[in-house]
Amino acid sequence: MKFLTTNFVKCAIKTCDSSLEAFPLQYSECELVQEEQEFNPEFICHMLDRLDWQAVIKVAKDLGNTSLPPNKPEDIDPIMEDSQAILRDLHTLLVETRIVEGKMICRNCEHIYYIKNSIPNFLLPPHLC
Amino acid sequence: MPKYLIYFAQAYPNFRRAELESLADLYGIEIDLSHHDESNPFIVVDLESDDAAKKIMSRSILGRGIYELWGSGKDLDELHKNIKESVDIETKIKLYKNGSFKFDFVGYKGKRDVKVRREMIESFSYLAFEGPIRMKNPDEVFVVVEEYVVPGHGKIAETPINMWFGRQIQLSSRTENILDKYDLKRRKYIGTTSFDAELSLVSCNIGQVAPGKVVYDPFTGTGSFLVAAANFGGLPIGSDIDPRILRGKSSQCNIPTNFKQYKTDSLFLDILTMDFTNNAFRSNFVIDSIVCDPPYGVREGLKVCGAKDPAKAVGRENVVIDGEKAHLRKDFIQPKKPYELSNLLDDLLQFSSERLPIGGRLAFWMPTANDDFEENFIPQHESLELVYNLEQEFHKWSRRLLVYVKRDATEYKGETSNGLKSNHIKHFRDRYFKGFSEKSR
Ligand SMILES: C[S@@+](CC[C@H](N)C(=O)[O-])C[C@H]1O[C@@H](n2cnc3c(N)ncnc32)[C@H](O)[C@@H]1O
Ligand SMILES: [Zn+2]
Repeated sequence: MKFLTTNFVKCAIKTCDSSLEAFPLQYSECELVQEEQEFNPEFICHMLDRLDWQAVIKVAKDLGNTSLPPNKPEDIDPIMEDSQAILRDLHTLLVETRIVEGKMICRNCEHIYYIKNSIPNFLLPPHLC
Repeated sequence: MPKYLIYFAQAYPNFRRAELESLADLYGIEIDLSHHDESNPFIVVDLESDDAAKKIMSRSILGRGIYELWGSGKDLDELHKNIKESVDIETKIKLYKNGSFKFDFVGYKGKRDVKVRREMIESFSYLAFEGPIRMKNPDEVFVVVEEYVVPGHGKIAETPINMWFGRQIQLSSRTENILDKYDLKRRKYIGTTSFDAELSLVSCNIGQVAPGKVVYDPFTGTGSFLVAAANFGGLPIGSDIDPRILRGKSSQCNIPTNFKQYKTDSLFLDILTMDFTNNAFRSNFVIDSIVCDPPYGVREGLKVCGAKDPAKAVGRENVVIDGEKAHLRKDFIQPKKPYELSNLLDDLLQFSSERLPIGGRLAFWMPTANDDFEENFIPQHESLELVYNLEQEFHKWSRRLLVYVKRDATEYKGETSNGLKSNHIKHFRDRYFKGFSEKSR
C-alpha cells in the first residue's frame, strides 16, 4: 500500500460514513519499505490537487514522520527548481513509501483493518456489513 | 472545413463510432459520423484541422489511419481528374513542394504489384513535388488508398472499386502495433478472468480515460482495465473482493509487475481488497472514469461480505480467540454470501452517480442471453445518461458495453429503472451452464 493511498480510504462501515473520525484511519504497527520508483513530477502535481493535506500530516505522524509543513505546498510548477525539490520529497513520501504489513484502525468505531502483503484489506465481518 | 478519409480496421465495426466520437468529445473536437456504414471500413469526415485529426486517430484502436483527402474516384483516371479539379489543389501543391516525401499504398482486400505501383506513382508527376524522396521519416507521406471487392472464394480482386488519394496525417495506435504489445499471451500476470487487450483498450477510449485522470475498476481481478487505462495516461486504482487474485502468482508475476512490463508503473495508483458494496473510498475522492467488467458468476462467484445464514451467525461477533475478538484478528476470513447481479449493477450506478464529476463516464460490460434480452434490462439511473449500448455477440449470448455520462441534475433528469430486477431475470450463470436451453429460462 502506497502512503498516497492512505489519503483516499476511510472506514468501510456504513454507520461511520457521516463521522469525521473515520478518515484518515489510524496506522499502527506498520512495517514500511522504501521502494525506488521512477520520479514522475506531473503525477505528483495531479495528486497534490486531490490530497487532503491534514490527513497526510496525520498519517505521516502515525508512521513517525513529523517533519511535514503544516500547509499543502502551493504554486507548484514542475519546471521550477525549488518546486522540483518539493515534488521529489513528496514522491519519496507518497509513492516510494510502502506499508507492507500493519493495522488501520477506525478512530470512530475502533474496527481494525489489516494491510497484508502490501495490500490493504477492507472486507467486513457479517455483523458490520 | 477540410475533408479527411478515415480507414478503419475490420474489427468490432459497431464500436467504431463510439470510439471516435468519445475521443473527439474528450478533446473538444466536432465530428459527425452519423453517415458511418458498419459494412464499410472507409468514411470521409469534416474536421477543423490536421491537429484534430491527429488527436482522434493517435489513440484509436479501431481506426487504422486518417488522411487529408485530396481526391477520390472509381478508377485512376477519375481520381486524377478529381484531384486536378479540386479548388485548393494549387495551394496544396505549393505547401508541400519542397519537403521530403514518399508515396505509399493502402489496399483493402487487394493490392497492386510493385511494377504497377511504380507506374501509378509516375502518373502523379503533375503534382510536381521537388523535395527529396525519403523512405525513412519523410516530412510527408502521400497515400493511394484502394478498396477492392473479392469476386468469390479463393479469387483475387484485380482492380479496385474505389480509390482515394491523400496526405497521411496520423496512423492509429493499432497500426503502431499496440495490440501485440498488450496481447494477453505476452502479459506476465493473467488469469481466467483477464479481459482481452483490444476491447479493454477500446473500453478505456470510450470511457474517456485521460492523462492525469483517476480511473477506477471496482472489480479489478488481474487488472486488465488498469493497464489499459495507464496506456492512455490515466491513473488507475483498483479493488476486488478476492485478495488472492490481487496478490498475483509471485513477487515477479502480479499486477504491479504488469505495469513494470508496460513501463507505466509511474502512473499506477494502487490496488485494494474491498467488497464494492462496502466501499472504503472517502466520498470526496474524485474518480474521473469507472471502467469494469462486473462479476456475473461464470468464472468467478458474485459474492459480497456477509453471512449466508444470518440466523446461524448470530453472536459470532462475540467469539474470542486468545483474548482477541475473532473478527478483529489478522487471520480472520470474512464470510461471503451470494448477491444478485441486478442489485450489484444498481450499486454500481448509484456509486458512479455520486462519485463521477459532471461529464465523467461509467463504462461496464454486461452479459445477456440473446433469447430473453429486452432493452429495459439495461439499468438506468436518473443522473446518468446512457450514451452507448454496444453489443459483442457470441453464440447464444452477448455482452454489451454500456456507457453512461454523469449529468448535471439541473439540466438532465432521467428515470431510475432496473428491468433485470423487475422481470426476475435468473442468474446469468445458471443459464450459461445450461447452454441457454428453453428450460433454463
Ligand atoms: C469478471 S471479473 C473481472 C476481471 C478483470 N477484468 C480482470 O482483468 O481479471 C469480476 C471480478 O469481480 C470480483 N468480485 C466479485 N464480487 C465482488 C464484490 N462484491 N466486490 C468487489 N469485487 C468483486 C471477482 O473476484 C472478480 O475478480
Ligand atoms: Zn468505523
